[in-house]
Amino acid sequence: MHERFYRSLYRIRRVEEEVARAYPTDKIKSPVHLSIGQEAASVGVCEALGPNDIAFGTYRSHALYLAKGGDLRKMIAELYGKATGCAKGKGGSMHLIDLGAGAMGASAVVGTTIPNAVGYAYAAKLRGSQQVVASFFGDGAVDEGVFHESMNFAALKGVPIIFICENNFYAIHTHQSRRQKLANIAEKARTYGMPAEVIENNDALRVYERVHEAVAQLRAGKPGPFFFECFAYRWKEHVGPGEDYQLGYRMRAEAEPWLDSDPVKTMAARVDKALRARIEAEVEAEIEEAFEFAETSPFPEVTELYTDVVEL
Amino acid sequence: MTQERILSYVEALREGTDQEMARDPSVLIFGLDVDDPKAIQGTTRGLLEKYGAERVFGTPLSEDAMTGVAIGLAFGGLRPIHVHIRMDFLMLAMNQLVNIAAKSRYMYGGQVQVPIVVRAMIGKSWGQGAQHSQGLYSFFMNIPGLKVVAPTTPYDAKGCLIHAIRDNDPVIYVEHRILHFQKGPVPEPLYAVAPGKARIAMTGSDVTLVGISYMQLECLRARHYLEAVGISAEVIDPIWLQPLDIDTIANSVRKTGRLCVVDNGWTSCGAGAEIVSAVIEQVQHERAVRVKRLGFAPVTCPPAPTLEDAYYPNGRTIAAAVRDLVTGKANHWLSDERADLREIEFKGPF
Repeated sequence: MHERFYRSLYRIRRVEEEVARAYPTDKIKSPVHLSIGQEAASVGVCEALGPNDIAFGTYRSHALYLAKGGDLRKMIAELYGKATGCAKGKGGSMHLIDLGAGAMGASAVVGTTIPNAVGYAYAAKLRGSQQVVASFFGDGAVDEGVFHESMNFAALKGVPIIFICENNFYAIHTHQSRRQKLANIAEKARTYGMPAEVIENNDALRVYERVHEAVAQLRAGKPGPFFFECFAYRWKEHVGPGEDYQLGYRMRAEAEPWLDSDPVKTMAARVDKALRARIEAEVEAEIEEAFEFAETSPFPEVTELYTDVVEL
Repeated sequence: MTQERILSYVEALREGTDQEMARDPSVLIFGLDVDDPKAIQGTTRGLLEKYGAERVFGTPLSEDAMTGVAIGLAFGGLRPIHVHIRMDFLMLAMNQLVNIAAKSRYMYGGQVQVPIVVRAMIGKSWGQGAQHSQGLYSFFMNIPGLKVVAPTTPYDAKGCLIHAIRDNDPVIYVEHRILHFQKGPVPEPLYAVAPGKARIAMTGSDVTLVGISYMQLECLRARHYLEAVGISAEVIDPIWLQPLDIDTIANSVRKTGRLCVVDNGWTSCGAGAEIVSAVIEQVQHERAVRVKRLGFAPVTCPPAPTLEDAYYPNGRTIAAAVRDLVTGKANHWLSDERADLREIEFKGPF
């Protein structure tokens, strides 16, 4: 299990590092919101989900898409704006989707996919399927009215959903303490009538253990929702490949403990060194191939501009 | 020949919903008060008992999230109908409608679809005032990926609803509260009124008069007033506003050379502006055309009857404006109100 977790974490980290490396070449035709530093929640949750389960994400969803099993080549091609991308070059980094893998897409507007996930979960329940839905959002989404409306309705109807709030403490450059009177996101969720807990250590294994138990309860027919607030820290700037400590809204000293407790390193320590080396080599080859695929893929034909607006 | 069955707009809506829910178990309906004793003017009466609380339910007062839920239901393979007793309340749902419903098919490269129906009601009279009276469909006509329909007859109410439910794209279904009382022939078997064909409600030769939503009724009244002064108006009901059948209107204007669009909303950037522009683009090289837009006064809707009367176009004021358009001069004419034109039970040919 540790090997699988490590492969997923390492792969996400390295993909995004390569995205950051390629970004200045201007070949990536999409603003990128990197997940570097906060991969643990995506990996822990998606390892607890099955392949038929569904995850809805945010504009910072490279990690979620990959952790859920989204196709890497199609993701990179999408970032490059190529016809072979997961949305044919019509979505970009903020709207990654892989239906076959249950990665149901993401929105650039904060909080927006939360009710979509709730609706999907209601549909799953009505269809009598065993599907579980995971809804990812950040601490910024908690500021939005739709978060509260969605919590209320999901609890009212007991839909099979797991809410994952990735709390990285910042909405762009504004700290949670400047947006919310109380730092009690999980407690807010609890008041809507659902079990909620905080996972503070940014460790994919811990996230997995707790979410796995919730998934098991949902599969056994216990009504949802479940709520997890997962602390994490964004290492890079809000959007783009660089760091942003120079802006002055946060200090490097604040980041240090998070850099030290790097979720990729934490998992690496649990895996045999030789095995790790093999995993890393395989992942590197896969990433190189995916970027090559994106580089050599064609841009969409201009006629594609007018397709997929409505059904013809 | 069998007798035509006459139903009200409300009954037509109820029957269409019932028949579609019976035919297709993926159809469900929800919104504020959908399952309450008034049953949305009767349009949802009996559905709860027949289809159960999982498919027919009232919702929390959460238009934003519930619109998002509708979209999620559609992603999950269902066909939701989301009911709003006032179109004004849709302003709380714009993010989901504009950013997700309209865009998902495109931004996910054609892999997903959002078959939702958003029923939105427009109020008028009885002092509805500022926030119970707005006809805001032009907002949605502006957005690629959304379809918009505003049926005026009971026949179209049922047929357009059935099409909207079966359509694989989001449809904003605009209903006017006063039209709810209209009666007309409605066949019992399922039928769909698809986009692509505006209806020539009444033929005429001097001017093309397009009435949107409730204003279709006022245009039919105007036609009578105009007849009395020797002007023959062709009245067209566009039915679907997006996509819009501009050809039928343009062909009429090729004949009449004059076009007046009466909008059930404000004229600025409105549906009337769109129709007038599109018609002129088509016929400007073939013949000269005179045009006129009418609509709500460019103010907030007041409840005081004297102000409200002046706020809305009506058959007489439409006739006055059209007479000026046709004659090309100010006639300073306003017909006396005719008692026989106060209420029109709009049956309309199809």
